[in-house]
Amino acid sequence: MSTAKKETTGQTLLVAFLLCIVCSVIVAGSAVSLKPVQSANKQLDRKKNILSAAGMLPAGAQDAAGIDREFQRFQVRMVDLDSGEYLDEQTLGGRPELDPQRYDQIKAAKDAKLSDALPAEQDIASIKRREKIAQVYLLEEEGQLKKIVLPIRGYGLWSTLYGFLVLEGDATTVVGLAYYDQKETPGLGGEVDNPKWKALWPGKQVFDENGEVAISVIKGTVNTDSPDAVHKVDGLSGATLTSKGVQGMLRFWLGERGFGPYLGRIRGGQA
Amino acid sequence: MSKLKEILVTPIFSNNPIAVQILGICSALAVTSSLKTAFVMSIALTLVTAFSNLLISLLRNHTPSSIRMIVQMIVISSLVIVVDQILQAVAYSISKQLSVFVGLIITNCIVMGRAEAFAMQNPPIPSFVDGIGNGLGYSAMLMAVGTVRELFGSGSLFGIPVLQTVNSGGWYQANGLLLLPPSAFFIIGMFIWLLRTWKKHQVEKPEFRIAEQTRVQEAV
Repeated sequence: MSTAKKETTGQTLLVAFLLCIVCSVIVAGSAVSLKPVQSANKQLDRKKNILSAAGMLPAGAQDAAGIDREFQRFQVRMVDLDSGEYLDEQTLGGRPELDPQRYDQIKAAKDAKLSDALPAEQDIASIKRREKIAQVYLLEEEGQLKKIVLPIRGYGLWSTLYGFLVLEGDATTVVGLAYYDQKETPGLGGEVDNPKWKALWPGKQVFDENGEVAISVIKGTVNTDSPDAVHKVDGLSGATLTSKGVQGMLRFWLGERGFGPYLGRIRGGQA
Repeated sequence: MSKLKEILVTPIFSNNPIAVQILGICSALAVTSSLKTAFVMSIALTLVTAFSNLLISLLRNHTPSSIRMIVQMIVISSLVIVVDQILQAVAYSISKQLSVFVGLIITNCIVMGRAEAFAMQNPPIPSFVDGIGNGLGYSAMLMAVGTVRELFGSGSLFGIPVLQTVNSGGWYQANGLLLLPPSAFFIIGMFIWLLRTWKKHQVEKPEFRIAEQTRVQEAV
């Protein structure tokens, strides 16, 4: 092809047009054809996080089938956060956006119809908006409620930390706390992922005898002799703000605007 | 054949895109805190550079010069999107850690630089090899920086503990600075120094000479 012809306006438009068509077909093709695998990955990742917070991740090979089988033991329920009641099939049936298989709680928190803005004095987890409906995962064994998995999130130092708090059937004793997404300082706040720190959580009591939220993350090491040691967890050294963030989000999600009413009903034997 | 070998090997040490041309620094700071992410990023960038060079070289005789930059950008960004989609499908947890940086390969100067400087003037095969070579040069630097950062920052290599850190009950007090992006600046700087001590021809001539200080003279 001669250079003269190459530089004409017609040729320029033709090249641009053809290139755009070819590239858009390639991009769209790869996005569409890989979509099912990608969403399966996301689902699997979420299930894995829930299982790891509940301490139920199958040891050894963590293949999709093994994780699915273990996850099958959980019941997925939708909870109205304000009243603390489960939403029944009927309410859910009429609202496709609340389909438990597809409900995305974090997306819902950004949707004006599905969430409320939080006034600053209530927003101790710094999340700005709170969804009206939350998804919880329940593990029952022989008719007894054994584990309650609650999704939580809140701001630390640099980032919002997303995780799960797992309580025992008494809705007070901690089984585990695990974050699946955080961008805190590696080596300092990022130590929320350290197994040694996570091991401090099981057995802690999040409510006191009067049903008030009592959990706190303190500076330094908890004195195990003190009577309220069950309500206290060591802070992360060098990560005061992340530790405060963890405490703030626990207090928020266990409090009145979070799962407080729901957990109150469980403790009262109503749920 | 020896010409191709030269095209492939030169960018690794003699004309390293990061150490000599100082391109692609941004992602070198961001993804080198662990070797795993650095490794995946290296593969992604090498593939993108190689294939964008190949495609742009194939198109070079049909590309009007008035829109050549746009053509390059379209080819590069399409490739990057495809790589990103594939990563999300086959290596989900790593793609989560790399987050925006795979997308930012589009703006990585190495890719665009090689397309404009090499692929526009050379036939497809040498262009492809040049892309691989520059990708490998980038990879070599990333892996070197990643090794230092992960080993001394978190006491492990590829996530396998080598030095037991104090936080996990061992003896090694990890150097937290190395996990933060600025530390890569120091490490890259040191590698450039080492490389220039070894290969003296990389040392640039000073662009200007500092004039002598003026002295106070006694008034006559």
